[in-house]
Amino acid sequence: MILDGKCPTGPIETRWERCKAELKLVNPANKRKYKVIVVGTGLAGASAAATLAELGYQVDAFCFQDSPRRAHSIAAQGGINAAKNYQNDGDSVWRLFYDTVKGGDFRARESNVHRLAECSRNIIDQCVAQGVPFAREYGGLLDNRSFGGAQVSRTFYARGQTGQQLLIGAYQALARMIGLRKVTMFPRTEMLDVVVVNGVARGIVVRDLISGKVSTHAADAVVLATGGYGNVFFLSTNAKGCNVTATWRAHKKGAFFANPCYTQIHPTCIPVSGDHQSKLTLMSESLRNDGRIWVPKTKGDARSPDQIPEDERDYYLERRYPSYGNLAPRDISSRSAKYACDEGRGVGPGGLGVYLDFADAIKRLGEATIRERYGNLFDMYERITGENPYQVPMRIYPAVHYTMGGLWVDYHLMSNLPGLFVLGEANFSDHGANRLGASALMQGLADGYFVIPYTIGHFFASTKQEKVTTDHPEFKKAEAEVTARMNRLLSINGKRTVDSFHKELGKLMWDKVGMARDRAGLQETLQKIPAIREEFWKNVFVPGSGEALNQALEKAGRVADFLEFAELLAADALHREESCGGHFRTEYQTEDGEAVRNDQEFCYVGAWEWKGDGKAAELHKEPLKYEFVHLATRSYK
Amino acid sequence: MSGHDHGHGHGHAPNPAPSHAPSHAMMRVNLHIWRQKDAHDDGRMVAYPNVECSPDMSFLEMLDVLNERLQEKGEEPIAFDSDCREGVCGMCSLTVNGTPHGPRKGTTVCQLHMRSFRDGEEIFIEPWRAKAFPVQKDLVVDRGAFDRIIAAGGFVSVRTGGCPDGNAIPVPKEEADQAMDAASCIGCGACVAACPNAAAMLFVGAKVSHLRHLPQGQAEQKRRAQAMVDTMDAEGFGNCSNYFECEAVCPKEIPVKVIAELNRDYLSASLTREERKADGGGGG
Ligand SMILES: Cc1cc2nc3c(=O)[nH]c(=O)nc-3n(C[C@H](O)[C@H](O)[C@H](O)COP(=O)(O)OP(=O)(O)OC[C@H]3O[C@@H](n4cnc5c(N)ncnc54)[C@H](O)[C@@H]3O)c2cc1C
Ligand code: SF4
Ligand code: FES
Repeated sequence: MILDGKCPTGPIETRWERCKAELKLVNPANKRKYKVIVVGTGLAGASAAATLAELGYQVDAFCFQDSPRRAHSIAAQGGINAAKNYQNDGDSVWRLFYDTVKGGDFRARESNVHRLAECSRNIIDQCVAQGVPFAREYGGLLDNRSFGGAQVSRTFYARGQTGQQLLIGAYQALARMIGLRKVTMFPRTEMLDVVVVNGVARGIVVRDLISGKVSTHAADAVVLATGGYGNVFFLSTNAKGCNVTATWRAHKKGAFFANPCYTQIHPTCIPVSGDHQSKLTLMSESLRNDGRIWVPKTKGDARSPDQIPEDERDYYLERRYPSYGNLAPRDISSRSAKYACDEGRGVGPGGLGVYLDFADAIKRLGEATIRERYGNLFDMYERITGENPYQVPMRIYPAVHYTMGGLWVDYHLMSNLPGLFVLGEANFSDHGANRLGASALMQGLADGYFVIPYTIGHFFASTKQEKVTTDHPEFKKAEAEVTARMNRLLSINGKRTVDSFHKELGKLMWDKVGMARDRAGLQETLQKIPAIREEFWKNVFVPGSGEALNQALEKAGRVADFLEFAELLAADALHREESCGGHFRTEYQTEDGEAVRNDQEFCYVGAWEWKGDGKAAELHKEPLKYEFVHLATRSYK
Repeated sequence: MSGHDHGHGHGHAPNPAPSHAPSHAMMRVNLHIWRQKDAHDDGRMVAYPNVECSPDMSFLEMLDVLNERLQEKGEEPIAFDSDCREGVCGMCSLTVNGTPHGPRKGTTVCQLHMRSFRDGEEIFIEPWRAKAFPVQKDLVVDRGAFDRIIAAGGFVSVRTGGCPDGNAIPVPKEEADQAMDAASCIGCGACVAACPNAAAMLFVGAKVSHLRHLPQGQAEQKRRAQAMVDTMDAEGFGNCSNYFECEAVCPKEIPVKVIAELNRDYLSASLTREERKADGGGGG
């Protein structure tokens, strides 16, 4: 099937305006007759839930943490982009649009990206009005910093806690609506399935994580804002709870999964310290504004960094990408670190690390300035490694960080399953094959504050739906399936823990489907995953009962879904015979190791349809057209 | 199967798993952990002696390892909360040797590493203890009361859209910095757990302080303080009698001066209310 993203046509600058003008509206008095389920209250979900409630819709919101304020968005450090051009350095909506299309390695939709760049400006205004304490200059105006993949300074930030402050802003807007009883909030509640009635998403099955009770909720539309699937690799910078369950279950109910192989490996994370490692910690990319990345020129140079003279150091990013230097995009920086370590020039335990050195910046700006800019990141580094980065260079290594793939959505952010909308990291829409830094926060908030409030109204106004309650047989059926699956997990009574399976899967994925992929490795992975899955369903041990708080059971359900999803990710990576953005196939590279895209054959969104257990997923294509930014080899030299 | 030896305590030492890591890098700790089946159970301390770990592990990773071992023996793992494990989500909530978040200043328990403990040390791990935070299982508590306090007034009442340009109102850097200092509260509840009265003043003060330092938050300054404090009282948090234990344990080092700011706003709100009453209803 050829998929249609329903993008508007005509001049790119006016597409979103025109689309909005043509959208059908729901009259204010009728809005309260519609109920919307919002699953996930990170930046995308909280902003959507608050805004939809303000408009008058009835909203039920769900998250698995004990409070919406704790969503994974809270951990974003570096900043949020916006085309404000406050620095007068030549920024514009056009430039942000251009940078994002190029940064995404020409695998994102132009229309969506332009809309994102337009909305970016409103986001800053909105957040300032909410009381988000962005960093300011002495004159009282908003401060900016630079991020990878851009030559202008357009990133707004709140120390190293930008995600926290933006999320708290959205959370407070949501809390206000909860206080006014416009939103009913269900914390510690996990969505375990979507209920489809007559081909439309009409509700969800959830489990109360404290009582263990499984129940269903009905609505007129379901919004998923459940984040990314980076934890399929077990080790990632994502919060421990991040999972693919919500989107995977929706996929199995008919929603297409797009570009699952586009995963982002972040170049600046704290290296793994041992087998016990439960997650990896990011050191914000903003550090690359002032830190210089290097490795020793000679292999196996074991001298301490201060003993290695300047001319025996290789500042490899500055050398290979002189115009972007240490601010080269993430995929390029990560791969360059991998090459350096593969050559035996890595530093620290196991040689899996490179230096991120602040000595020059401290000399130039003074320690106080560096402390002011990055103090909390330096403290975090010190806490984890026991080393003081003001004195010795940080050691960093790439780690899984973000997932560009997600459920396929059209320009209205609706999946191919009518009534199911997908926002934030959970959808595939705006970042193509590689996301630029500080763009995920922007996308989550654009989707939630400024896109879904318009498009969902159009869906309601243009489709006639009968009322459905949870008494409908489809709800009963979905609930029974969820309960049966849970009971099955509890009754296996095998010998291995859930985590042992998750780690086994994660290691396989990192080794074969991580920073560099090849045909043989992917084929091997596709053979191995079903075997791990089979063993899981025979030999996992899930203690306790379903009728109580049971963290092992929660994890088991999520890992079971990762074990299915991983196969799709690997299959997508195998099918995409090119290197683009975060997807690097070693067969497709230039002599000096740069990615080789294949626009002739692969300039499309790959959206997969679930065909049933044991059957291969079917690929549908949405061709990508570049009318405004011309297809070109991405160069950051 | 599950939990059968919870009450046995000592003498039921699980054998430490053989390790493949160099032994000089390993250490052992003797744990005593609060186990409680659910909100209705009485709960008790259970000993887990000789737990092997590496000094590079975080405290929660050490518990992960213990949980793996318990499950390998067919037992139920210890329930505890965590998510980001980076000190920013506020989910983790363990009292370690009597101190919420443990011994390291300005550090959440997820960011605490085993190198902060001695080989052979006895470590007592309990949930937050406060009437307003009932235990739900083992080390997991219900902090919903914090959300209800925020919902009562911890926000700026703006709707989406139609906001003035972000640079329309300059905010002096010092004010923005103070707002940010207070806004870095992660809502973990350690301040409540540390307070002999289980007061929530540091948490509420942090929010009031964050918003009162910004022009955007000033219109509702008094109303906010009043509504949040009233909800705090209704939720069963105690009164502040200046013990300042909260400041000492706060992982984000929120200073007690935010409590003074809160008191100022609350007082002036009460005064306004009384003046209004004296005025005959304040234009209602
Ligand atoms: C360490 C780190 C730093 C980052 N820094 C930046 C940065 O500086 N700039 C930037 O732009 N981006 C950054 N990112 C990326 C960005 O933070 C995320 O992509 C973004 O916040 C995702 O927001 P979201 O709302 O889509 O999802 P999330 O914030 O992940 O929220 C998901 C929500 O869904 C809920 N949920 C999930 N599954 C279920 C289920 N089955 N049932 C019920 N609820 C469920 C969760 O409870 C949660 O509320 C960073 C990411 C990481 C990991
Ligand atoms: S004030 Fe400190 S201790 Fe209290 S909730 Fe906030 S961060 Fe936690
Ligand atoms: S787990 Fe997030 S602060 Fe500790």
